Amino acid sequence: MEAWRVEVAVRPNLPDPAGKAAGAALRGAGLELQGKVRSKRGYLLGAELDRSQVEQFARDVLVDPVQEQFEILAPGEVVPPHTPRLSVLPLPGVTDPVAGSVQKAVVDSGLPSVAAGTYRAFEFDPANPAEGLWTTANECLANPAIQRVVADRVPLQLPGPGSQPDLDVQAIPLAGLDGDALVSVSVDGGLALDETEMRAIQDHFAASGRAPTRMELETLAQTWSEHCIHKTLTGKIRYGDQIIDNLMKTAIFQVTKTLDRDFCVSVFKDNAGVITFDDEDCVCIKVETHNHPSAIEPFGGAGTGVGGVIRDIMGTGLGAKPVASTDVFCFAPPNMPKDEVPAGCLPPQRVLEGVVSGVRDYGNPMGIPTVNGAVHFDEDFVGNPLVYVGNIGIMPKDKVEKQPNPGDSILVIGGRTGRDGIHGATFSSLELHTESETVSSGAVQIGDPITERKAMDAVLRIRDENLVSAVTDCGAGGFSSAVGEMAEGLGAEVELSDAPLKYEGLAPWEIWISEAQERMVLAIPAEHVARALEICEEEDSEAVTIGTFNDTGRLVIRYQGTVHADLDLAFMHDGIPAWERQATYTPAQLADPELAAETDCRQALLAVLSDFNVASKEWIIRQYDHEVQANSAGKPLVGVCEDGPADAAVLAPKLGSNRGVVLSNGLIPRYSKIDPAAMAECALDEAMRNLVAAGGDPEYTAILDNYCWGNCRKPEQLGGLVHASFALRDLALAYHTPFVSGKDSLNNEFNVGDRTIAIPGCILVSAMSVIPDVRRTMTTDLKRAGNQLVLVGRTRRELGGSVYWKTRGELGACVPRVDASYGKSILDGVYRAIQSKSVTAAHDLSEGGLGVTVAEMCIGGRLGADIDLDAVITDGVQRAEEILFSESQSRFLLEVPADRMADLEVNLHGLDFSTIGSVTEVDRLCVSQGGATVLSAEVDDLVHAFKHPLDLDGTMTQQGDR
Amino acid sequence: MAAPKVLVLRAPGINCERETHHAFGLAGGAPEYVHVKKLLQDPDLLDQFKIFMVPGGFAYGDDIASGRVLANEIRRKMGARMTAFVDRGGLALGICNGFQALVKLGLLPRLGGGDLEQQVTVCHNLSNHYECRWVTLKSQPNRCCFLDDDLTLRFPAAHAEGYLLTKDADQLRILDQEGYVALSYVDENGQKTTEYPVNPNGSPAGCAGLTDVTGRVLGLMPHPDRAYLPHNMPGWSRDGLAPKGDGMVIFEAMVKAARAES
Repeated sequence: MEAWRVEVAVRPNLPDPAGKAAGAALRGAGLELQGKVRSKRGYLLGAELDRSQVEQFARDVLVDPVQEQFEILAPGEVVPPHTPRLSVLPLPGVTDPVAGSVQKAVVDSGLPSVAAGTYRAFEFDPANPAEGLWTTANECLANPAIQRVVADRVPLQLPGPGSQPDLDVQAIPLAGLDGDALVSVSVDGGLALDETEMRAIQDHFAASGRAPTRMELETLAQTWSEHCIHKTLTGKIRYGDQIIDNLMKTAIFQVTKTLDRDFCVSVFKDNAGVITFDDEDCVCIKVETHNHPSAIEPFGGAGTGVGGVIRDIMGTGLGAKPVASTDVFCFAPPNMPKDEVPAGCLPPQRVLEGVVSGVRDYGNPMGIPTVNGAVHFDEDFVGNPLVYVGNIGIMPKDKVEKQPNPGDSILVIGGRTGRDGIHGATFSSLELHTESETVSSGAVQIGDPITERKAMDAVLRIRDENLVSAVTDCGAGGFSSAVGEMAEGLGAEVELSDAPLKYEGLAPWEIWISEAQERMVLAIPAEHVARALEICEEEDSEAVTIGTFNDTGRLVIRYQGTVHADLDLAFMHDGIPAWERQATYTPAQLADPELAAETDCRQALLAVLSDFNVASKEWIIRQYDHEVQANSAGKPLVGVCEDGPADAAVLAPKLGSNRGVVLSNGLIPRYSKIDPAAMAECALDEAMRNLVAAGGDPEYTAILDNYCWGNCRKPEQLGGLVHASFALRDLALAYHTPFVSGKDSLNNEFNVGDRTIAIPGCILVSAMSVIPDVRRTMTTDLKRAGNQLVLVGRTRRELGGSVYWKTRGELGACVPRVDASYGKSILDGVYRAIQSKSVTAAHDLSEGGLGVTVAEMCIGGRLGADIDLDAVITDGVQRAEEILFSESQSRFLLEVPADRMADLEVNLHGLDFSTIGSVTEVDRLCVSQGGATVLSAEVDDLVHAFKHPLDLDGTMTQQGDR
Repeated sequence: MAAPKVLVLRAPGINCERETHHAFGLAGGAPEYVHVKKLLQDPDLLDQFKIFMVPGGFAYGDDIASGRVLANEIRRKMGARMTAFVDRGGLALGICNGFQALVKLGLLPRLGGGDLEQQVTVCHNLSNHYECRWVTLKSQPNRCCFLDDDLTLRFPAAHAEGYLLTKDADQLRILDQEGYVALSYVDENGQKTTEYPVNPNGSPAGCAGLTDVTGRVLGLMPHPDRAYLPHNMPGWSRDGLAPKGDGMVIFEAMVKAARAES
């Protein structure tokens, strides 16, 4: 459809941030760009308007009268060719959230309602040859998964009314097909079902005497996908001479069942784990992965990941209110040389920047603070970056249980359904390869946080008026999973032609499995439907009923009355054949390096502080709103200059109450290269140390496990996972920490030619503690010169996988392990010490060991410290650098005023602890051994080493650091 | 005396309404949520209130430009009522996105006191990025009827677009010298500054907040609504807990002034 174009640009003498950013991106990609890039925001408006209306609208609404100017192109008109320029448009079918607001503003301005679209245009200096511009711009100003670049030699158009949908029911005959033929049906349809599963489907339909329809096959593929039911972890695993029937049950659920903690309210059965908060409310937590979409389109993938996990919280029980987000990433190092990035992988820095801005541009508009996170770097994440997104919510105690009833209406609230995200669930169950970027674009989704925010406000009001019997979100598998899950044990009838669509032309099966974002599904008793719709209307959130729950045991899907699917729900949920997989674990054959002793540990400490895994994440943290909702009591950045790292977030989620939540995480993928069991234990210990250092109560803590692994069809991959799971189980039992939720992503391998890059198998452990008073929490920054520094725990020669050895190009073998009962007594002792106010600062020892911990505490307090390594309790560790950089677990460094030492000794009675030094007024960290100085560094130098490496645009280190 | 009623505006994308509501309640006001849809259908509602409050967030996703869509619908459908509300003694506050919306609506600074017309703008931070950071503000000698001079306050700023852009140097001089720049980012010596990061957006005159020609409207980029509880303040673990967060100064002053008006 032809359209008016309005192009808006900042006035020539004013800064043009988007143009500047485009120029930097082009130059960063190696283009020798002449002159400045000028950016324009473009709007397409329906040709039904006349020029004076378009001009008036542009003047009133589209243009800032102080800052900007505009020009208008009539429908059919082309930009004069005197300037090299190009425009970036969303691909047809990709969500364009701004277009909706433009349409609204047109109507608000008293004009007739017309179609609208948006784009970005860039104009270049005529000195630039068009050819080079075109290629580089396609690479770095647009993502081919969601956008196209046009040279503007033809008029831009609005998408047309769309094609007629294909309404064919499409019976897919399976009768008589052999194994190979069944597999090709699965492959051709992108179903990700294997031969055994296809056979089960074949048999099931043979018994009912008909062929399955396309929609039925698609539904089964979604429901049976690894993404939705975790068939690896719930199937049978042959591991050595044992057979593990359901690893999830034996290693994870079993911990929760055995511990039987009374604060657990709803675990492993809903979208999130729910625990008691106070007499009135519960808190719930969920952490998801969104790895595959983020590998293809980092911005959209990460953003919709955040949106998805927020909906998980909105869809827990009868609806919970999200109060905080936590996000953890694993990337290849941002400085990875271009020629080491395999074909088909996006450059790591672009992935990092895209993911961070995706989280920012979803979380911030939702009004949910992002309070906690971690980033880990390793070359092996180049093909499969990991994006963990987590959210916690609060909900009344009487709204935790849900149960749809026969007769309830199926109400859909929020976004419209489009072709976005078709086959997301099955896509994420496959490995990525060089072509994934181009073939899988249908699986990429773009988020619209404001639509989700409106849906959230509506869902919570519907809950508060007691109008709802169940709610869940539309995630992977779309309606098919949401309605299918809610109908389990009941039955449902759905009329898909009632679902609001973004555009015409969707086949019924596409509507049914589309993963379009921002949709919630509610079961509403018939007598409350009118009121629920009224609330949605008030909240400006689109809502329709698309069917009814019943007690037939069948899921019947119609389109304009024609049946497209009639599935037995029992088969759908329980018909998947049991899996059996092989697992073997062979310990890695590694040795410790033989390094010469350091003569001066200063350089070594600066190198460790500057390692990406240790360096400050301030550049990322500050892009997230961590203050919205006014629930923040412990900040992500602490200390005199608010740039010291915190161990955990502290929240007071109920305004007016001091009761709080402490939120932390632990993740150490590098140890997995030596021993996955060590990786698992240390992740849990780190999460608990972080939590306790910030004032969390280790006896009132729930944890979550998030597995990301290589291809677990390979026995050695699965073996490592089993080995890690058992270690995690044993430590969680000893720590009294029940698992309340978890998730896994088990196909993180990237194939390039004949080479396979598998990620190091890793488990993210997230921990959440409920505490009576946020005013009894703790920060890491040193408070006052003269205070004592007390090291709790025992230092062993455990440098395998350490950052120190990494800075020397080594991995090593002596990886840290956790002594369960020792670790538990340390956690409890430090908690007691903090609660009795013996301590003025606390920080755990993790990556980079004692050296990094004391340096970070100095940075936070902008104070110095004198440390005597002879006072450190060790298992015979001799060398200064080994004491400084060993990563032994179960250790904390505490700052204690001299007059509180007696109390501290009472609280830590029976544990390993020693005073290793004191806080000093001079801005210098001094470390001595045997009377000689082994390290002396100015705090300013520590600050620079810590803050500089990940300050990607140089804005965090300008101020007085150097 | 009855607690002054505060209209806490809701709209798609506004997301700071709960804490703003809570803070006004603690300050002795009687806050009520009103959805913009309802207000536009029944603009008479405004007359029941003493304070009109536009909380922070991303109204309509900040689509087209920050605050633009919200400002457009209010100006189109009840612009004259807004000026009448203020001119008859009503108070108004806009925080962050609410400030951006009031500027684009033309309620701030409204030099000359005429009809609503956008006179200045709030645009991209000179640093070129969104940033969440605690800042120190000082109230300047100002014409705002409820804001004392020389208060030093710490609030978090969290925005990508907070740079005050005026039509020309003359307009800036008027704003700065005639008490329109009510709040400024200040350095460690209490001097207003344009230096990053103490001034996170680079605004001239260190401008963090503006008042209007009547002195009854205040808009500011940083968030008093995230600094009103004692444990919200970032330094409490070093310096101890204060009885109140700094943000209460703003809410209490407005409630007090609204009481005096009635």
